[in-house]
Amino acid sequence: MTGVFFAAIFAVLIGYLGYFTATSEQDMINNSYNSRQEILLSRNYRGSIYSRDGEVLAETVLGEGEAETRVYPFGDLFAHIVGYSTQGRMGVEALANYYLINTNTSLSNKAANDVAGVKNPGDNVWTTLDVQIQEVANDQLNIYKGAVVVTEVSTGKILAMVSHPDFDPNEIGQIWDSLIENENSSVLLNRATQGLYPPGSTFKVITALEYIRENPDTYNQYSFQCSGSFTANGSRINCYHGSSHGQVDFERSFAKSCNSSFANIGMGLDRELFRETLEELLFDQPLPLTLSYNKSNITISDSSTTDEMMQTSIGQGKTQITPIHLNMITSAIANGGELMKPYVIDRVENDAGKVIKSFSPDSYGQLISPEESAVLKELMTAVVEGGTARKLSGQSYSAAGKTGSAEYNDQGDSHAWFTGYAPAEEPEVCVTIIVEGAGSGGDYAVPIARRIFDAYFNEKK
Amino acid sequence: MREYITELSKYAIAAFMAIYTLCSFACLFDRIGKKKAVYWLQNLLLLSIQLLMFADLALVTKDMQYVFYYVFVQAFLMAVAFMVPVVYDKVNRLLLNNMCMLLGIGLCVISRLSFKKAVRQYIIVLVSLAVALFIPLILSKVRFLKKLTWAYAGVGVALLSIVLILGEVTHGSKISFTLKGVTFQPSEFVKLIFLFFLAAALWENTTFPRVALTAAVAGLHVIVLVVSKDLGSALIFFVGYVFMVFAATRNYLYLAAGAVGGSGAAWLALKIFSHVRNRVVSWLDPWTYIDTKGYAITQSLFAIGSGNWFGMGLSQGNPAAIPYVEADFIFSSVCEELGVIFGICVILVILVCFGEMLKIAVQIRDRFYQLIVYGIAIMYIFQIFLTVGGGIKLIPLTGVTLPFISYGGSSVMTTMIMFFMIQGIYIRLQQEGGKHNAGSKRPTGRRKDSPRKTAEKRKPEKGTYPQER
Repeated sequence: MTGVFFAAIFAVLIGYLGYFTATSEQDMINNSYNSRQEILLSRNYRGSIYSRDGEVLAETVLGEGEAETRVYPFGDLFAHIVGYSTQGRMGVEALANYYLINTNTSLSNKAANDVAGVKNPGDNVWTTLDVQIQEVANDQLNIYKGAVVVTEVSTGKILAMVSHPDFDPNEIGQIWDSLIENENSSVLLNRATQGLYPPGSTFKVITALEYIRENPDTYNQYSFQCSGSFTANGSRINCYHGSSHGQVDFERSFAKSCNSSFANIGMGLDRELFRETLEELLFDQPLPLTLSYNKSNITISDSSTTDEMMQTSIGQGKTQITPIHLNMITSAIANGGELMKPYVIDRVENDAGKVIKSFSPDSYGQLISPEESAVLKELMTAVVEGGTARKLSGQSYSAAGKTGSAEYNDQGDSHAWFTGYAPAEEPEVCVTIIVEGAGSGGDYAVPIARRIFDAYFNEKK
Repeated sequence: MREYITELSKYAIAAFMAIYTLCSFACLFDRIGKKKAVYWLQNLLLLSIQLLMFADLALVTKDMQYVFYYVFVQAFLMAVAFMVPVVYDKVNRLLLNNMCMLLGIGLCVISRLSFKKAVRQYIIVLVSLAVALFIPLILSKVRFLKKLTWAYAGVGVALLSIVLILGEVTHGSKISFTLKGVTFQPSEFVKLIFLFFLAAALWENTTFPRVALTAAVAGLHVIVLVVSKDLGSALIFFVGYVFMVFAATRNYLYLAAGAVGGSGAAWLALKIFSHVRNRVVSWLDPWTYIDTKGYAITQSLFAIGSGNWFGMGLSQGNPAAIPYVEADFIFSSVCEELGVIFGICVILVILVCFGEMLKIAVQIRDRFYQLIVYGIAIMYIFQIFLTVGGGIKLIPLTGVTLPFISYGGSSVMTTMIMFFMIQGIYIRLQQEGGKHNAGSKRPTGRRKDSPRKTAEKRKPEKGTYPQER
């Protein structure tokens, strides 16, 4: 009896120890309080980071007397997503730290290195990043602040991720102090995953989704007379730059991004159901993302005022979203409603090219139903064909998406948004762009998307 | 060459340890006919593991002192493993081998942490063995052990109280005092006295008033320990008491009462003592307090997580990052450098010791000695649970040692005395138990062959040993 009792207790103990060992190694090694990182680094050189086609994004170069320098051949191009490793860690350097400082080189190499008195090469990490697309995105964003996220629809692979302003990770040691001292500097912030922006009209994708959910049979009969503004309970919503859209149906309201019509739609939505939909879409929820990010937030409840409800419906008000989150929603729509978790590490290889660990696409599950996805895809196609993203039409590929011009002050200045995918029929690539303070999404974000799509389809040829 | 040895020896050590553990289980469950051969195999594995471990240490550190130390440790281990069976031919080889294995691991791991401490530990182990070797002899000569009930109680409480009043504060607890340069931790020795008290009080009288009286005395022990902030020992004493009463009375109600009372006391302690609260807080969420009260446990988790299944290799990790590693967190350091597989084997070997002790307890007819063996088994295994469970964050930290492996003279001496006490009782049991040999056969009727008949034949003499007249 006593024996059985203690045998059971110890079964739990050993089980727990085994579980901990099997699941926690990476977390334990990566924690900055763990001094064993330095031990590993004293034995192994930090491994290299490669793009998907084998270009070096980061490597450790040996100088005189074993001095190690971490070199980023592309300078500031991959500043945020590849990151840095000397002043703390960021990006892939942080994410893949465990692999980079461990070695799986052959035993004979280890023995030879031991005799020669040199360190072992750490394992190399291959990312999903595409240098050409990253370059185009970076060039197109130009001097503007903002972010670009490009992902592969069917897998969730992150092909490019740009955040401006950026920095040169080669000089992180020199610029670190000035970056930290300047409290207003947001250079180190990865805007793509951590930047919180008002979604503006891109949010109408979600408002439209909720309207379809609540009116599955009648949404096609929707009609609204737009006179350039909409007033309810003393609150007034204007269309962008006061343009009036005249008689609009549901699809045209969406394609033309008619604020008045969407304020009207928003007024009729059930707040409780709307909140549930938003939670399903991961607002105020943790994202299935290994990169560090901020949670998007939104305030909708039964006590929301008419004004708040109207503002929220058109993506203004208190709602804030990160570009990566918007990209995930768009990508799920393009993928028949199924969200593929975004990821950037494709595989880990030892110095001889033997694959140590490979990562495969991982589904989060259905974010929305395939039917809802089909309806939203139609709407987003109409935006390109005859709406605010016309600049994307007439290409060798078809595209779909939604623009946004998110006002962030009382002067009517706005961030330019575009989120969309191509081809419209069989989506392959999903792009989300925000250009801070540029103006309208149709004018400033859509052209960037076009260049990125061009680059993507050119490269495929 | 060096790299080949250190890299491959990791796997060899884990494999040898796994085979050793299997042998232990085979013997515990009587699954093997030629036990003597298995014991020899165990000794061979013990020496192989020792050789590999010290070879690793010497190769990586390039320090010759490990070679010398190795020679001394091997001499000691061989002497115990081979000579004790000669002195006491009826000794329980399984317990003896496991003790050697654990001592060997301890001496090696401590030498890796601090060579100075390892030398001290070696001397302490020698002295402990010298003392413990006489225990079987003493047990057979001294006749009044079960009559000293209240003396045990008085001495036990007195010793603990002296520490409470005069003791030195280490790591925030008053648990030790120093006499002529030697530091003692009396709570370790009081464990033994406490066991004798309980056995003496309960072996022939298990009426409720008697149980209540022992509860009061046991409670006094526990309270003094809690006030000294020696939570681990307090728990061990308490659990030891509850299970001893259960063993003496066979009444499950006492077990239930113990569980209820224990929970109530724990709740009270949580309300009253801030140091108890701290332990619980840093157990629930050590990561939030990683700089302060969660530091030790998170460092312990780092060690285990970094070592993983096969370990970083001896002297290739950084166990010194864990506070009090050589005493409270030695298990984490074993896992870090020798691997979690090795660590689990250590736990299993200890479990085999526990099982063997229970097996012996069942065979003893004298209630007093039966209770002693049973109590030692409970206190031993529960202490293992506290220290290992605390180190892996399964339960809150209590700060007790891992017997035989941790650095600490009082701990190793007490545990060794406990083991040899069981050996003494076992030896007499074998001698009295008739003609059948040293294999631990239980006369419980599980087998239909000779042992049972022997048991029946012995009936008239039932209870002659270790019962004293």
